[in-house]
Amino acid sequence: MKKAHTHSRRLFLQTSSMLASLAFIPRSVKAFYLETRNFLVASKKTGSLAVSVNKKLYTVEADTRTTLLDLLRENLQLTGTKKGCDHGQCGACTVHIDGKRVLSCLTLAAMVPGKEVTTIEGLSDGEHLHPMQQAFIECDGFQCGYCTPGQIMSAVACVQEGHTHSVTEIKEFMSGNLCRCGAYNGIVEAIQKVAS
Amino acid sequence: MKPFNFIKAAGGTQTVKQKKRTGRFIAGGTNLVDLMKKHIEQPEELIDISGSVPASIGKKAAGIRIGAMARNSVVATNPDIIAAYPLLSKAILAGASPQIRNMASTGGNMLQRTRCPYFYDPTLPCNKRNPGTGCSALTGDNRMSAIVGWSENCVAVHPSDMCVALAALDANVIITGKDQLTKTIPFKNFHRLPGNTPEQDNNLPADALITAVEIPGNAFQKNCFYLKLRDRDSYAFALISVAAALHLNGTTIVSARLASGGVAHKPWRWYSVEQFLEGKQANAQVFQQAATLVQKEIKTLPHNVYKATMLQGAIEVALQNCLNA
Ligand SMILES: Cc1cc2nc3c(=O)[nH]c(=O)nc-3n(C[C@H](O)[C@H](O)[C@H](O)COP(=O)(O)OP(=O)(O)OC[C@H]3O[C@@H](n4cnc5c(N)ncnc54)[C@H](O)[C@@H]3O)c2cc1C
Ligand code: SF4
Ligand code: FES
Ligand code: FES
Repeated sequence: MKKAHTHSRRLFLQTSSMLASLAFIPRSVKAFYLETRNFLVASKKTGSLAVSVNKKLYTVEADTRTTLLDLLRENLQLTGTKKGCDHGQCGACTVHIDGKRVLSCLTLAAMVPGKEVTTIEGLSDGEHLHPMQQAFIECDGFQCGYCTPGQIMSAVACVQEGHTHSVTEIKEFMSGNLCRCGAYNGIVEAIQKVAS
Repeated sequence: MKPFNFIKAAGGTQTVKQKKRTGRFIAGGTNLVDLMKKHIEQPEELIDISGSVPASIGKKAAGIRIGAMARNSVVATNPDIIAAYPLLSKAILAGASPQIRNMASTGGNMLQRTRCPYFYDPTLPCNKRNPGTGCSALTGDNRMSAIVGWSENCVAVHPSDMCVALAALDANVIITGKDQLTKTIPFKNFHRLPGNTPEQDNNLPADALITAVEIPGNAFQKNCFYLKLRDRDSYAFALISVAAALHLNGTTIVSARLASGGVAHKPWRWYSVEQFLEGKQANAQVFQQAATLVQKEIKTLPHNVYKATMLQGAIEVALQNCLNA
């Protein structure tokens, strides 16, 4: 897909410089040509976004294609939120929007203004870790740590939602967060600890 | 993704007027954004309906009305839904993950595209993605594919769990057409079989907006069950799913509803089994007999022969679990 795209782009750039020199070609042909070029080589669409992250308001100029995940990591340098799959399948990018856990990789940044985003950076109270962060440390809730910000954001929501009555229930309601290191038992323990 | 314009929906019937053929409505974005990243969807404009299409759930004289923007998690945990339509709640909770259910809308769930692996791979032929190129799954890996209602042009299945319950509960889809008029489509006519036009998943007219789903009242609260069989215990699409509901008078079955996911291009109702069950006693022997009836309807593919026995067993177990519910 991408390949075909660059090909047509190069072709159009070459031909367009050629055509530009032929000033006498009929106007309708030129209009048709420009329309086709705009269709094939679509121009970037950007806009200004005011987003509130961890109770701080940021105003960013961003492409409409920007996901909340990329906005956090690339524009706001809040790199605690991780990109695992970028397709909604792993949960590494989990953040809270208006208090609810969601996937930032499938959320367009353009849909976030007016809402409150909470990321892993917003959980702790200064130097004081959130009880769930502390519990993850105490219960060995991670190994490499890559899935951990997403796991913790999901775990906090899991407790808030009240899905902690049994190990089975915790596992079911944490199933949207994958861990390649297999730290699942420690994660369940940490959640039980905070819930009790 | 291809660059696109982003606008907010105007709200009310004005929203459909904003929609151009090359544009798309965006609700939760959980399916659309994914497909755009893979260049399978390339809209020139997105119309954000998340703030304007109704998200409320309200009781009506003859049932309940669920706004198209009601998120899956909100529907599944709504007290009125749990009390009167527990089957719907169970089916929704069997799908996706808590994060995705918080984002996914009722309307978007109905319009999610198939998870056929070839549909997602732009380097291989697929009639649904690229009409006329052929169906890679028909002769390729069709372990997850359909066992009923398929055509040589497409053997994909509809991936939704929520829709299986809505099919079983005889829901109605309320839409606003491009002409700004409100229409009702019975759920059984909403999704399509592939036939010669697998690129069309459903009968929603072009540029129309789903505004709500209505479910009539029923007597299936006490005895219903949603069984989902998949490759892992959670967070996976169904190989086979069964939504079963019984209305009992003592031990006699007054009426039955039975629908499946993972078997067809649309949520599939097993009408012949429902008819067989009506008036019979609700017991293991009857359920076993009933489940065998589906064998007459199905036609497996080389890699999904296992689904025939799996389905029969799943129907038996789901019906049995209706009694324990
Ligand atoms: C990893 C993963 C696992 C999943 N597992 C499951 C599962 O096990 N079971 C299951 O059922 N689902 C599953 N899903 C799918 C999920 O349920 C759907 O993606 C979701 O329901 C789509 O809803 P949405 O609001 O996000 O739709 P969007 O992505 O916003 O939209 C989908 C389509 O519907 C159109 N649309 C949306 N709303 C309207 C409307 N009101 N009127 C007209 N058109 C509209 C959009 O234009 C778009 O074409 C999974 C998804 C992912 C990513
Ligand atoms: S089954 Fe349908 S979606 Fe899958 S490859 Fe064939 S045509 Fe495409
Ligand atoms: S990065 Fe978002 S779910 Fe994997
Ligand atoms: S700790 Fe390594 S992926 Fe979870």
